[in-house]
Amino acid sequence: MVEKKKTTTKKTETKKQDTKKEAPVKQEVKKQAPAPAAKAVAAPGTTTKQEARIGVFICHCGTNIAGSMDIPAVQEYAKTLPNVAYVDNYKYMCSMPGQAVISKAVKDNHLTGVVVSACSPRLHEPTFRTATKEAGINPFRFEMANIREQNSWVHMHDREGSTEKAKDAIRIAVAKAALLQDLFPKTVPVEKAAMVVGAGVAGMQAALDLAAAGIKTYLVESDTSIGGRMSQLDKTFPTLDCSQCILTPKMVDVGRATMIDLMTYTEVDAVEGYIGNFDVTVRKKARGVLTPAEAEARGIVGGGCNGCGDCEAVCPVIKPNEFEVGMKPRKAIYINHPQVVPLLYTIDFNTCIKCGLCVTACGPEKKAIDLESKDEFVKVKVGTVILATGYDIFPIENKQEWGYKRYDNVITSLEFERLICASGPTGGHLVRPSDGETPMRVAFVLCAGSRDNTGIGKPYCSRFCCMYSLKHAHQITEKIPGCIPYIFYMDIRSFGKAYEEFYYRIQDEGAKFIRGRVANILEDPKTKNLHVYADDTLLDRPVDMEVDLVVLAAAIQPKVDTNRTRKLFGVSCSQDGWLLEAHPKLNPCGTTTAGVFLAGVCQGPKDIPDTVAQAEGAASAASIPIHKGEVELEPYFATCIEEKCAGCGMCVNLCPYSALSLVEKDGRQVMQVTEAKCKGCGTCGGFCPGGAIWMNHFATPQIVAQIDAFLLGGEQ
Amino acid sequence: MSDAWKPKILGMVCNWCSYAGADLAGGGRIQYPPDIRIVRVMCTGRLDALFVLKAFADGADGVLISGCHFGDCHYLEGNYKAAKRMFMVKRLMKSIGLDDRRFRMTFVSASEGAKWAKVVTNVVDTVKELGPSPLTENK
Repeated sequence: MVEKKKTTTKKTETKKQDTKKEAPVKQEVKKQAPAPAAKAVAAPGTTTKQEARIGVFICHCGTNIAGSMDIPAVQEYAKTLPNVAYVDNYKYMCSMPGQAVISKAVKDNHLTGVVVSACSPRLHEPTFRTATKEAGINPFRFEMANIREQNSWVHMHDREGSTEKAKDAIRIAVAKAALLQDLFPKTVPVEKAAMVVGAGVAGMQAALDLAAAGIKTYLVESDTSIGGRMSQLDKTFPTLDCSQCILTPKMVDVGRATMIDLMTYTEVDAVEGYIGNFDVTVRKKARGVLTPAEAEARGIVGGGCNGCGDCEAVCPVIKPNEFEVGMKPRKAIYINHPQVVPLLYTIDFNTCIKCGLCVTACGPEKKAIDLESKDEFVKVKVGTVILATGYDIFPIENKQEWGYKRYDNVITSLEFERLICASGPTGGHLVRPSDGETPMRVAFVLCAGSRDNTGIGKPYCSRFCCMYSLKHAHQITEKIPGCIPYIFYMDIRSFGKAYEEFYYRIQDEGAKFIRGRVANILEDPKTKNLHVYADDTLLDRPVDMEVDLVVLAAAIQPKVDTNRTRKLFGVSCSQDGWLLEAHPKLNPCGTTTAGVFLAGVCQGPKDIPDTVAQAEGAASAASIPIHKGEVELEPYFATCIEEKCAGCGMCVNLCPYSALSLVEKDGRQVMQVTEAKCKGCGTCGGFCPGGAIWMNHFATPQIVAQIDAFLLGGEQ
Repeated sequence: MSDAWKPKILGMVCNWCSYAGADLAGGGRIQYPPDIRIVRVMCTGRLDALFVLKAFADGADGVLISGCHFGDCHYLEGNYKAAKRMFMVKRLMKSIGLDDRRFRMTFVSASEGAKWAKVVTNVVDTVKELGPSPLTENK
């Protein structure tokens, strides 16, 4: 790199030729080309008169970094760089003594900037910014050179290559640090309200916690009632609590809590703003039924739906009930189950024929039904948001070898839950769908679509299928004496508190365990019995087992509208499609969008205890900014260099946040930034043909200095 | 340095996706060639087409720009705008006789550590195959 120094002049010529082909921006390059170190950068509002004095601090990170490169050589090299006034190294720069090294060096050497060459700024930038601040200089005069995640860890066996790369990384960081300026974070007030999207057990728990903390919470649920997946389950493992029995108290609490504004049959339509000030537009889907409050607002005193069900009795339309996984009929006006919260009927306008029988049945006193109701849009302002959108069941019919939807007696675990549930379509009697007979031999196929690398299923473990299948086995031995559960498994993952003990209990209760993945299921056309073919890998012999019923423990997958959700809230996805947490270990509730948090399975498969724990974590995290009352925003916003601005307005259209506008100043048009709206992406700065936009902390001269430092060896 | 020619490749990546993806490759110890130097920006939308040209003028043998997948941008649509500009750069490179394979824009998300390693390996291989940039040949 260094030998390029002499050729600088020549290259500048080449560059001029290059840029001639792009006439309108030629001047811009000329101005940037000399990219002076430290002195001549005139940013609006700030003057940098003093010569830059940069301290470089190289971290060994134990042997994480020092094991893969020659730290003394890097240190010697750093001393030769322009503007570098001090160089030091330490075993753990992030430790208290390490930070003290920085602080002392800044004071002793009158440093104007700090470069720490260590791990990723995504980890320790806040640490070292604070150290820089405590040393007495502005925290934004700090720059990090990543020589661990993007160097020593990925070039572990190339000592020379990683040493050279570290030298370059430090040179690049020093070049930027020399041009950094004092910046001051803005604080903005935080709206004392939160939104929780999804009212399954995660969303309800989060909303209850937020409400208990005194925060107004909007709980948005797209279904007609709350409770989510958990309300469809019969029992929970390993305690065998009735799912509804432990869930309904929470549902009732949610319905009663004055601090919770429950919005069922409602979806998020648009989100604007940032942490502390999200403007969320929700769409209340046309429900056709008025609550008592809505009725009163229309002047119908004492009216509105009281859940009597008279309407349902007369409705002539019959449809499959989605809550019962299609195994029970419902009418066009319906409730999901008897314990719904809120107890409010809903008209499915996709199937309603508007015959008006329900209106008559409801009567002139209640007047709860409005067949002409339309979607309503409501805008709410919240400070933080928790996403608890849950999951879908993998379409297991895609694994054709197991015959789901082809064979009557192959069902999914969720269907099993409904069939075994006292409030389900059969009143809790497990029956074969083909003939209504009680099955005496039931096969459970685990990892149905989970841990599947064929490309059809999901590569991950869905985490709760082993446990609920054990629970299913228990339920049938309990309810149907003599019935034998056969569990085809790969591994039984009983990882939680008292789970392994539950596994032993089920073994003792007579469940048969066959370790082997089911290869194929065939139906006997006469009896509708099923032949399950597998390899018993413990006995090393093929199995052909005739059973009456097969239950597939189908994998779970991200909600079908996850993409829409994450785009609305600016959240990323991990590779398997679940919403991405800010850090898999240390920030499992946060996201990369400040103020947006995750709870429950939308972040990845987890069982009920883990879901509730994460919901409480998310509620706590979401309440912090609200209780604090204000948040600091990183001061990376754009500013306009008015002398250079031609008022063309190109940037105004580019800004995704409408943060820029043209204003009249001294008789001409110039761009103006609304700082509260600017998020600092720099899209305007990347385009401005006049170079008139100064992106704080990522200014054009700073970036050009980095490019030059890399390629021209620090000599500009 | 050894005698073998080492290409100079500049990578400009966004903070939210590709930089995080590169960090993930680090955490997973996924090895790739060390011939790339990274400049981090908040969003690829920040990248002026001139930064790329400046890098080539300065003697870069290759430039890689990497951001979030389309529709995945932390700032809604910065990567679309960057991609538009970068297509322009590719056309410009062709028109001045600079092989446009030296410049690439890729999309690597925060969860794609392995993909980042693959992308860098591929870029380094391509640039090695193309040899030193013609803009540095007559030094």
